[in-house]
This record gives sequence, C-alpha cells and structure tokens, in this order.
Amino acid sequence: MSQFFTQAILTATVASGIALATPFLLASLGETIGQRSGVINLGLDGIMLLSAFTSYYVALNTGNLGLAVLSGVGVGFLMGIATAFISVTLKAEQGISGIGVYLFGLGLSDLLFVKLVGTPLPIASLPAFRIPVLADIPILGPMLFQQTLLVYFAFLLVPVVTFILDRTTYGMKIKAAGENPAAADSLGVSVARIRWSAVLIGCSMAGLAGTSLLLYDGIFQQNLTQSEGFIAVALVYFGAWTAVGVMGGSLLYGLVAAVVLAWKALGIIPLSASDLAATAPAVLTVLALLWVGRRFRQPAVLGKPYERGE
Amino acid sequence: MQRTTSRGTSLLAASAALLIVAACGSGATAAPVASTAPAVSSAPAASTAPASAAASAAPASAAASAPAASAAASAATGAGTGQVLKVALVCPSAKNDLAFSESMVDALNSMQQQYHLQIAISDNQFVVADAGNVIRQYASEGYNLVIAHGSQYGSTIQQLAPQFPKVSFAWGTAGTTYNLPNVFAYQAASNEGGYVQGAMAAMLSKSKVLGVIGPIAVGDAKLYVDGFVAGAKSVDKSITVNPVYTGSFSDASLFAAAAKTFVSGGADVLTGTAQAVVGAIGVARSDNLPWFGTQWTQASLAPKNEVSAQVYDWTPILKQMFTAIRGGTLGGATYTIGLGNGGEVIQYNSGYNLPASVKAKGDSLIKAITEGTLNVPQ
Amino acid sequence: MRSGVDWRLLLFSWIALPAALVGALLVGAVMMAAFGADPINGYRALVQGAFGSSYALGATAVKAAPLLLVAVGICIAFRANVFNIGGEGQIAMGGLASAATALAFPNLPSVILIPLVLLAGAAGGAAWGAIPGAFKAYFNVNEILSTIMLNLVAVQLMNFLLAGPMVDKSAFSTGGLIPETRLLSPNSWLPILVPGTQLHLGVLVAVIVAFAVYFLLWRTSFGFRIRAVGLSIPAATYAGMPVKRTVTLAMTLSGAMCGLAGALLVFGSLSHRLVTDGSLTGFTGSAGFNGIVVALFGGLNPIYAIVSAFLFGGLVVGGNSLQVATGVPSDLVTTLIGLAVVFIVSLEYLRHRARSRALALAHVAPAGAGTPGTPPATLVDGGSA
Repeated sequence: MSQFFTQAILTATVASGIALATPFLLASLGETIGQRSGVINLGLDGIMLLSAFTSYYVALNTGNLGLAVLSGVGVGFLMGIATAFISVTLKAEQGISGIGVYLFGLGLSDLLFVKLVGTPLPIASLPAFRIPVLADIPILGPMLFQQTLLVYFAFLLVPVVTFILDRTTYGMKIKAAGENPAAADSLGVSVARIRWSAVLIGCSMAGLAGTSLLLYDGIFQQNLTQSEGFIAVALVYFGAWTAVGVMGGSLLYGLVAAVVLAWKALGIIPLSASDLAATAPAVLTVLALLWVGRRFRQPAVLGKPYERGE
Repeated sequence: MQRTTSRGTSLLAASAALLIVAACGSGATAAPVASTAPAVSSAPAASTAPASAAASAAPASAAASAPAASAAASAATGAGTGQVLKVALVCPSAKNDLAFSESMVDALNSMQQQYHLQIAISDNQFVVADAGNVIRQYASEGYNLVIAHGSQYGSTIQQLAPQFPKVSFAWGTAGTTYNLPNVFAYQAASNEGGYVQGAMAAMLSKSKVLGVIGPIAVGDAKLYVDGFVAGAKSVDKSITVNPVYTGSFSDASLFAAAAKTFVSGGADVLTGTAQAVVGAIGVARSDNLPWFGTQWTQASLAPKNEVSAQVYDWTPILKQMFTAIRGGTLGGATYTIGLGNGGEVIQYNSGYNLPASVKAKGDSLIKAITEGTLNVPQ
Repeated sequence: MRSGVDWRLLLFSWIALPAALVGALLVGAVMMAAFGADPINGYRALVQGAFGSSYALGATAVKAAPLLLVAVGICIAFRANVFNIGGEGQIAMGGLASAATALAFPNLPSVILIPLVLLAGAAGGAAWGAIPGAFKAYFNVNEILSTIMLNLVAVQLMNFLLAGPMVDKSAFSTGGLIPETRLLSPNSWLPILVPGTQLHLGVLVAVIVAFAVYFLLWRTSFGFRIRAVGLSIPAATYAGMPVKRTVTLAMTLSGAMCGLAGALLVFGSLSHRLVTDGSLTGFTGSAGFNGIVVALFGGLNPIYAIVSAFLFGGLVVGGNSLQVATGVPSDLVTTLIGLAVVFIVSLEYLRHRARSRALALAHVAPAGAGTPGTPPATLVDGGSA
C-alpha cells in the first residue's frame, strides 16, 4: 500500500503545488508589468482581498462562476484606476500609498463580508478541466493536465507577457518608462499613459489572482489571502522582473509548500518540527535569491514618479 | 526650519481637530443621548430604548451594545425585577465562525430568555492585547460575568480578576482558575468526541487512509486530533492516519491543499479543526467524501458530506455558573464538558446516509464513554 | 535658504493632514450610515473609548508606544532609502528574545532586569533587521522581498518556540498545553506610572527613544551618513562613506526599534506573558504596518511621530468601542486608516507642486546643488539641520 501511497502522493504534490502557485503567478505577473514601467504596487494584497470578496458575493447570489471571475477582474481594474491615479497622476510615494491600499482592502473586504453575507456559505468550486489526450499521460497527466481553467490561463500568460515585454513596441515603451522615462518622453512616448496602462493590467491580474484563490478555497473568510499579495510582490524581485523568473519563483514557493504538507501527511516530518517545516517556502526563496542575487538589477526608476524636465 | 514648524503645527492642528470632535461628542452626550438612542436601536432591535441605562452617559456603550447581541428584547423585561444577569463575551473569531466562537454565542443566546441575561458580544478579538482592554471595559461597566472565550486570554484574566473582585470571570478552554475566587475555568474533553468520530471514520474508510488536519499542535486542536487518531486505531491498528498541522489557524488555502494531498494519497474520509477548515470542507464537498466536524456543526458547508460533528454545548456549565453567581459564588470551579455530561454531543447529519452498523458503533462508544466503562486516552 | 514666500506650503501643511483624516472619517460616517448605524453615536464611542477618561488615555498611550517605536524605526530606514515592511516579524523576534531573557533570569532585581529585557528585545529585532539589511547591502537582495519572507519565518518560529521550548509546562489542562510562556517574573514588568491606568514606563521609554533617534539622525555624523546614503548612493560613495555598512546598520537599528516595541508588548501587557494565537497579528496588532502609517503622518520625523502615534493609537483603541456601540466591526477603522494614507500621499502632490514652483523660482538665481535624484523627497522633509 505504501508504494501506491507515496507515488500517488508525489504526483498529487506536484499538482497541488501548481494549484497553490497559481494565485502567486497571476498577481506577480501583473506586478512585473507594473514594476517594469516603474510603479511598485504594495497594495496587491488589499486588491486581491476586495476582488475575492466581490467574486464570492457574486457567486453566492448568482451561482454564476463566469460572472464571479469577471467581477473580480472588474474590481481589480477599478482598484487599478485608483492606484494609477494615486501613483502616476498624483505622483504619490508608492511604497506608502500601497500600504494604504492594503489596509483599505483588508478592512473593507471583511467589513462587507460581515455586513453583507454574515453567515459563511460555500460556493461551487471551479471544476478541473482534463485536457484531452494529455490528461491521460501516466504521471505527467495527473500532475499537469487535470487543473482548472484558471491554472492553464495563468501559465499561458507567461509566454504572452514575455512576448509583450520583449517583442512588442508596447513592451519596449513599458521598459523605457521604467528605465529612462526622460528619454522615452523625448521620443514622444507618454510615460504617464504607459504607466497607467501597465498599472491597470497589473491590478486587473491581481483581481484575477484574488478570484482564483477564492475559487480554490470555495469560500471567503476574513483576510483570505493571508498576505499572499505581499509574497507575490516579493516573487517579482525573485523573478528578476521577467515572466519566466516569476513563474519559477511562484512554482518554487507553491511546490515547497505542497511538499512540506505531503511530507507531514506521510509522517516524514515529525510533529515536533511541524512549525519549523512551515517556514521552508520562505527560507528557500530567500536562500535561492541569495544565490542568484547579484546578477540582476531592478528597473532604474522603480518607485519614482516621473517629473518632466528634471 | 520653517517647514519644520509648519509640519509640527499641522499635526497639532490635526489633533486639535480630533479633540474638538471629541468635545462635541461628549458635550452632546448629556442631552441628545435620549434622542439618538432610539435612532440606533430602530435599526436592529427596537426594544433597547426603554433600558434606563441609556440615560447615563458613560455606560451608553454598554447599553447600546445590546443590539449587537442579536436578540436584546428580554433584557428590558427583566430590568424591572432586578434579576438581569449582565453577561459579556469576548471571543477570538467571528461569532458565526461555525466553530469555537459560535458554540458559545449560540449557548448564551439560547439561554437568554430563561435566565434573564443581558448579553454583549465582542467577536474577532484576535489581538490579545486589545481583547484585554475590552475585557477590562466590560468588567468596569458592571457586567456580572465576563467570559473570555479563548485560552490565549487566560493570563489577562489572571491579572485582571483581582482588580475586579465583584465581577465573575470565566475563561476557557483551560484547566485552571489560578486559585482566584472570582474565576471559573472551563474546558472540553474534545478527545472523547474525537475518539468516537475516529472510530466511525475508520469503519467508513475503504482505502484505510484518513485525512486529519489541524492548525498547530497544541490545546483543543491537538486533543481532538489525538482522540480521533486513537479512535481510528482502535478499529483498525494498521490504518494510515498521519495528522497534518499546517502552522496556521486561518489559512484556508493551506487546509484545502492539505486535504487535497490526503485525497490524492488515497484518504477517503476527512476531518479537521480550526476556523480554516472551511478550505478542507470544500475539498470534501467537491470530491464527495465524508467529513467529520468538531466544535460546531459544519453541515451548512457540506450538507451531503458531513457525517457528524462533535458539537460543544456550553449550556450545562453556563447554567452552573449562573446559579453560582446568583448564589454569591463568583468563581473557583473548573468545569469540563464531555460526552458524559451532555456538554459534548455527537450530532449526526441527516443529509448523510450513515450505514446502521457504523452508527451503532458510534452510539455504543458514546454509551461506553458516558458510563465510564471506556476511558479515552489523552 | 529659500527665496519666495512659503505661505502655500505653510497653508498646505496646516490643512492637508487634518483634511485627510477628516475626509477618511467622513467616508467612514457614510459607511456606518449605510450599514444602519448612527455615525455620531459611533464616533462618540470611538472618541470616548480612546480619549474619554484617564484610563482610556492610558490605554491609548500604551497602544501608541509600540506604534511610535515602529514608526521611528521606519524613519531611520526610510532616511537611508530602505523600506522596512518587516516590522511585524521584527516585533515578534523582539518579543521572543525579551521573553526568553526574562525566563532565563527571573531573579534579577527590577533595576537590572527591566533594562536587560528591553535591550534583549531591541537585540532580537535588530538581528531580524540586520539580515535583510546585510542581504541588501552585500548580496543585492531587495529588502521588500527579504522582509516579507522573514515575517513568514518569524510567525512559525514563534509558534514553534511557544509550543515547545518556551511553553508553560505547568498550565496543563484537559485542553493540553496553551502556547504561551509562563507568567514572567514580576521584576521584569514595566512599572505603572499613573495608578489606576495602564500607563507604564515603556511609554516614556518610547518617547525618549524618539527624541534620541531624532538627535542621532540630525546631530551626529552617523545620522548624517544615513541621510546622505538615502539621498544618493553615488554621492555618498564619492564622499568616501561606507555605504554598505551604513545601509546594514540603518536596517539593524530600524529592526531594533521594532524589537523594542515587541518587548513593550510583552512586559507592558495586561497578561505579562508572551502568548500566540498562531498569527503575527494576534501579538503585534498589526503594529508593523500601522507604524508605517504613523511614520507617514509624522512626516518621517521621529518627534512628530509622537503626536501621530497617539492619534492612531486612539483610533485603534477607540475602534473597539465603536464596534461595541454600533455593531460595526472594528475593520472600519482599518479601512479608514488605509483611506487616510491614500488621501495624504495623494495630497502631497499639491504640496509637491507648490514646492516645485518655489524651486523653479529659486533656480532663477544661481541655486545650490539642485535636487540630487529624487529619493522619497516628497515626504522627506521636516528634518532640520
């Protein structure tokens, strides 16, 4: 039995790690685009919470998961308008305004939950979608190809974001806005408009990340994200502002978390070390970055508002 | 230098503005309280206004807190007889958490009429230091009994209780009153229900793998989990049951991931404790697996999957506390709820079609524990 | 130094901060009304609960002290252009280190034990701040990443230590062990300054530390180095300053402030134990984040942070009274604090514009070095020198 037990559980661990990584991936891909244009958004977690609650509320009242996803992205977009207005148009100090947005989302999402919903009820969770043929491959199939549509979508975004950033003029403009806005400006690129669009994309994706987390759990709770938004910001640094790097970070974090859970279930990790083992994803992420840290440089004007004529 | 001063003054101005608001607020307290009070109460519960306490300024918050406690109606009726017992509850999670907090909230509300209670509830007090302030506030506002419903509040009670010798305090789950005359302690033998449910789970399982998920390995959670494991092993020594402690009481995603890990590893029956179990229950529901709850019934989350839940019914011990307090004894006793004294109830969920043999096993274990012929190891 | 009249700036500073707060409170009033609660009643309860009695004032001051210390730590880091969002973890490590010290030396007299536990708290936080500081300076690991991750590590370390090595083994009950230390030696308790309130020595310590850090930043060469590094690393390097060491030390000091806050939370608490509910917030009350807000409202100046900490401490303490009075969860206060932050950083724009106009005027005359880069220049003022 134990043979079957371990092999099945190892397959499942990878599948579970990928599912756990998905909200991180969605949020940090969006944050990558924003940061490439020069805008840090520390309010990610607050946006994820507001989107998760909205999706929950919509799903609870309509039973329509598609509508729930759309409304989550919509709230992300709305928060994106606010974020872009504050950090780009009003040139606010981004680190601190992000903390403001975080506290706002943290408080408001629970306030609305208590007042509008009260007693928590479950919503339908997103069904797994088996990709024909691929899903039937032994071992690999159950690991990779029996996930929900949101998971596939998140991972499809990796090449899309890479392509946009590296191969399109829009991507060039984003990077120019983050590296040398004055030069971009002199070439006729509207730095403000580029940053606005990048922030809107980033926040919409944060909204989707919140929704995907909600659909994974199937229910809303106070502080549902448990700081996942902050971890997503951290993973952008880990991923060195590339989509592939961010994917690596998300997978590392999600897989390590899943492995720890699996080893606990298998009794490999003793009870006494249970709490210490839970630190593994965070510790390994920092250590991994320590290893690769020196090779990368952040966007030159990250976090700094652009002033014409400086 | 100039800007320095301007910034300083602006802050002072800010604080001045707040203080003005404060002055307005308290200045207005004397007269318009009567006029605002109905406005408050008109929304949730129309009957608080007659409570004469609303006239006195300081305890206004106490009086106004009654609407928060859902049904405040009878508080007013009891006021005339002088028999009203003012009870305040401070709990760490939401009052409808389908778990620990809700069990006490429901017990109090169900006893309100019969025991002439005026109830105030502060939920979501997970910041221990803030909870201490709230507990103290209730004590100083003349509440007869302040229930600190969380083991993390104990040391606060230990320090506060001697300062309020006329107020009775209760805290749990815990086993000590710190030898203070005005402190009750209460605890739950959650291992008993855990044992019964573990045995039933082992009988229901075909794969002989069970999934058990807890927060951190202490207190009530560990007790329940240990009982569950012992119960399962009593049916089948070879059963695979390695509990996972996720390291968090509130991370629903981790609980869901742990449940999925178990399911993929072959587990076909799940249980768990902490408010984050909602994540794991979602897995039981979507994979259509049996679920065992504890602390409170979670059948509303999994109407077809919850087999049974060990429900905490605090009414028997609350009754003893009320009687003691009315008789002038403010503390000194430790109460334990268990299957034997009706404080723990295994509540079967009618939505789950439980095989008769399994139910018979459960019932016989309950009977054995109740009669004392079976001693559940801790 | 500056030509032209600063009256615009003056007017702005007079109006902006109160306006942001009042604006947020107005939004809060609308929310309360929308939830069927009476805003006037709610705010009256808030003010009463925070400032309405000597006990309330004491509770507010006690809540404010850790906020102030975190804010002071944020000021130090921010001046060095490092953003410390690891306050939560640093507070927890400070609490653990100080509690461990009190457990190890329960019999020392108060005059020795109290300073010792406070120092131990500062040391614990300092260690947890030094790691991201050194990682940033020497390994180019961004501090936002490392502090977020270290928060996650700290909470599990706390769970581990309080459930195992540091747990109170005497408090056994049917419910098993409670994840807390045993009652710490009374010799380590922070003495109450005003009888009948909670106002303890730690509040005084926090205020003194705020003044000391102000002095450190603006009256010592070390402080000058921190600010120079914060303004421009190339310039500081050119001037021969040890940039890496300065960044590391700034984060270490920032962490020490948070760690000291953690010690106050243990030894100035009602419970005089270190208790965990499995989360960081349960111990810190989110002081690591709220302290950032306090620092902002204090213009990133340790002395103004004193007033700002008292105000926000009041908001948090009063939030519970608001919940009791209206049934609106104290989440409302969290929401409003977030809004106020957003308002104030947004309003900074107006001031910024007014100032750049003033600067433009100044540039007509042969001005000085101009503005070197733009670190947090919009917010970094208030310091004189």
